[in-house]
Amino acid sequence: MSRFIPNDTKETKERIIREIGIQKIEDLFSDMPKETRLHKPLTLPSSLSELEMRREVETILRKNRTVKDYVSFLGGGIWSHYVPAAVDEVSSRSEFLTSYTPYQPEVSQGLLQALFEYQSMICELLDMDVANCSMYDWASSLGEAARMAARVAKRNEFLIPHYISPERANVLRTYAEPAGIRVKELKQNRRDGQIDLEDLKEKVSENTAGVYIENPSYLGFLVSSVEEVAEIIHENGALFVVGVDPASLGLLKPPGCYGADIVIGEGQPLGNYMNAGGPLLGIFACRDEISLIRNMPGRIIGMTTQNGQRKAFCMAIQTREQHIRRQKATSNICTNEALCAVRAAAYMALLGPQGFRELAEIILANTSYAIKKLSEIHGLTVPFFEAPHFKEFTVHFDCAPEMSGKIREHLLERRIIGGKPLSQEFPELGATYLYCVTEMHTAEDIDRLASELKNLMEDWA
Amino acid sequence: MKGFQQARWRTPIIFESGSKGRKGYSFPPLDDSAKSTLREIVNTLPRQLIRERPPDLPELSEVEVVRHFTALSQMNFGIDNGPYPLGSCTMKYNPKTNEALASMDETRWVHPNQPEETMQGTLEIMYKLSSWLAEITGTSKVTLQPAAGAQGELTGALIIRAYHKQNGELTKRNEIIIPDSAHGTNPASATMAGFKVVIVPTDEEGCVDIEALKSATSERTAGLMLTNPNTLGIFEKNITEISKIIHEHGGLLYYDGANLNAVLGKTRPGDMGFDIVHLNLHKTFATPHGGGGPGAGPVGVKEPLVDFLPVPLVEYDGNRYYLNYDVPHSIGKVRAFYGSFGVLVKAFAYILTVGAEGLDKISDMAVLNANYLARKLSKIKGFNLAYAKEKPVKHEFVLSCSRLHSETGVSAKDVAKRLLDYGIHPPTIYFPPVVKEALMFEPTETETIEELDRIIDALTEISKEAYENPEKILTAPHCTSVGRVDEAKASHPRTMCLSWRMYKKKNHVAGGMKPKRR
Repeated sequence: MSRFIPNDTKETKERIIREIGIQKIEDLFSDMPKETRLHKPLTLPSSLSELEMRREVETILRKNRTVKDYVSFLGGGIWSHYVPAAVDEVSSRSEFLTSYTPYQPEVSQGLLQALFEYQSMICELLDMDVANCSMYDWASSLGEAARMAARVAKRNEFLIPHYISPERANVLRTYAEPAGIRVKELKQNRRDGQIDLEDLKEKVSENTAGVYIENPSYLGFLVSSVEEVAEIIHENGALFVVGVDPASLGLLKPPGCYGADIVIGEGQPLGNYMNAGGPLLGIFACRDEISLIRNMPGRIIGMTTQNGQRKAFCMAIQTREQHIRRQKATSNICTNEALCAVRAAAYMALLGPQGFRELAEIILANTSYAIKKLSEIHGLTVPFFEAPHFKEFTVHFDCAPEMSGKIREHLLERRIIGGKPLSQEFPELGATYLYCVTEMHTAEDIDRLASELKNLMEDWA
Repeated sequence: MKGFQQARWRTPIIFESGSKGRKGYSFPPLDDSAKSTLREIVNTLPRQLIRERPPDLPELSEVEVVRHFTALSQMNFGIDNGPYPLGSCTMKYNPKTNEALASMDETRWVHPNQPEETMQGTLEIMYKLSSWLAEITGTSKVTLQPAAGAQGELTGALIIRAYHKQNGELTKRNEIIIPDSAHGTNPASATMAGFKVVIVPTDEEGCVDIEALKSATSERTAGLMLTNPNTLGIFEKNITEISKIIHEHGGLLYYDGANLNAVLGKTRPGDMGFDIVHLNLHKTFATPHGGGGPGAGPVGVKEPLVDFLPVPLVEYDGNRYYLNYDVPHSIGKVRAFYGSFGVLVKAFAYILTVGAEGLDKISDMAVLNANYLARKLSKIKGFNLAYAKEKPVKHEFVLSCSRLHSETGVSAKDVAKRLLDYGIHPPTIYFPPVVKEALMFEPTETETIEELDRIIDALTEISKEAYENPEKILTAPHCTSVGRVDEAKASHPRTMCLSWRMYKKKNHVAGGMKPKRR
């Protein structure tokens, strides 16, 4: 390991010890009280050579089965999407990879420009004016959005849809509770998943800081009445917060077009791997209104000048941030997901407007094909909600609850990772699973799933 | 020793590049029947959900995209480019072999909701890493969930909150005590968790003022947030007394692990009396900082607080690794899923590489390097050590150039900008706020003595230059991609330009922003 500790040679150590006028290295720790000192070695494995370490970690990792080994239909907040090799190439540039936060803009123009371009391209995709250069993930973006809405509106209620990812709802509650924000649920129609507008009208009040909807929803169905929802929210002086999957926006209307004040989402589909759960990339954007911008959490890169002429970039409005504002900061976030944002920038630049259109079309075509194939199977209701779906959809099994536990197992034996069970998250849906297809799935993958499910249902019948 | 020159490409904004119809991607084509089905489906989608205008993104070939970002990378400075002694940031070398492991399919192509039996490798690494970090910090259990140090702090502050709530004392205990030398995240995190922040001053030795701490502590105290060694690079020698004062009043002790690189294997936060500890894997455990993330901020707690950790915890039953959601008083979740595994695997590989003896050596050498630099730099005209003038420092130290500033007009910022011309990343400046014209250096264990000498020579020359001909410093940097950037303009509401769309609007270019709503 001394390969990363170059001064750890007898000669250099002796020289430094001499120069600073001590007898031995231990003298430098002599001010630490005895009772705090550790008098035994840490109980950790012994150090390994590079070769041995690689072998050991690879051996452990190979116990995993990947979505390349199996066909997987998992989504629900992290999705399997193709990552162009050029994205890996860009993010492995060690000038990006091994740099710190760009506190010194003159020597960090490359990263700053890349992040400014990330923000700018996200704005185009969402049809918003301002985006920050990342949050940790979609879930923490939601938590921060609720807090921002409360600061801006000076109110303390935040409404969310009933059918929301429990991961996100849980994180939202964690963030909201200490700020005194009450989170309330909006009813959604059990048949088609649509927001119950009467319920919304009833619940929106002078206490409502913000109302949050997702499109596509966690369960894959689209929420159609977005304009009506926006109108009701704005009439009551609350902020409209929308969550999106950026992979849908080549085809679906961007939230900026239907009145969103804050838009959040998960940027993982934009050239980032699933990595068993992270790092992820929290999208966070708002309209160009100074009261919104000043209340935004996170780092924002701005374009400015040097010597009054050439374009240059630096971090902007840092007076919102913890290193300047301390306890008065809009958030404590500093380290974010910058490199994931650079990956997203490269991804968006590679795809361009046409690429996003094609991506969304392939996903929509695969979704529709999968829904069609699975809905032909006797004993399945696909999807559970009568609405258009994108990328994800619900599969309901008309079977006894004790049987439904065996579905995943049955598929796994056939090298298929089935959808995510929803029975604990939404007990009212019964034996329902959340399935996901993206551009990664072939018609054969979907056919194989359909044929296995068909066999299973026939066996049970 | 000069001769540093960063690339100066006039790289256009990506929106100014490319040409209509160009593509940098290729997706599998839809066959004819899929196409016709697609048309039908699109026709059935509600009109109000269809995008009317395509996003105004650039259109580029793969060649152009790769060249664009390669050119940008050449205008950036990482630890692989040269010394990076940013105080409290622990910018150490990031071993390349760890990157290779993070690039394996078994790391990247695993979905977090896969059946546990198909992700035993991931869970094993998380379980072992979390046990090792518990051992290193002297805590009982570690969560790997927090995405960064600040989120670790929030997690810790929420655990303090949940603990007092459980004891029925939250309404009374609403204050967190924080020293004035603390990282800015500490007060920000405490506030986010709903606490009132009480600041205690630093004494003349650079440590927490014990008398002030005593008078600040009361039955309203929920806890204390402290880093040790502190941001002045000084070990809080009264830590046992501090711990006693806080605990006697019923408060909890929180350890900000940003400075752990100084004391690995020497002492453990748990042994110092801390109840909750966060770590920055992108500092102490050598995972790259990525220009501002992704990082990871695991949090360890002592036994009585284990039941408050975020869910799920990774457990091992002697046979298999599994996720445990049964944590009775859990604060819930602070982010989606279990943690940034893509980062965690690198820290795992790092600890496996260095082992217990290596961790001890890391702190030895990080502290040795810091003391060498501190002694040498404090002898340069115009610079002096704000604290620890005669005592050893730990992994970092704070130099003040207030004398240089008053005698020559050259400020800490000017010194930092001039250092850039030497191909040396400047130290952290104007922090901690208790020191005037502060320059906070942390060389880490991975710099050679030749590089340390280069930093010393550069600062010596800068001092000379300041007294003889300060103009060159006041207009620095000269060898970077751009000269001094107008940061005020970037934040002024009139000139603020936070996206290409905003730029077009402010410069009356066609296709700018929409008019305001509401």
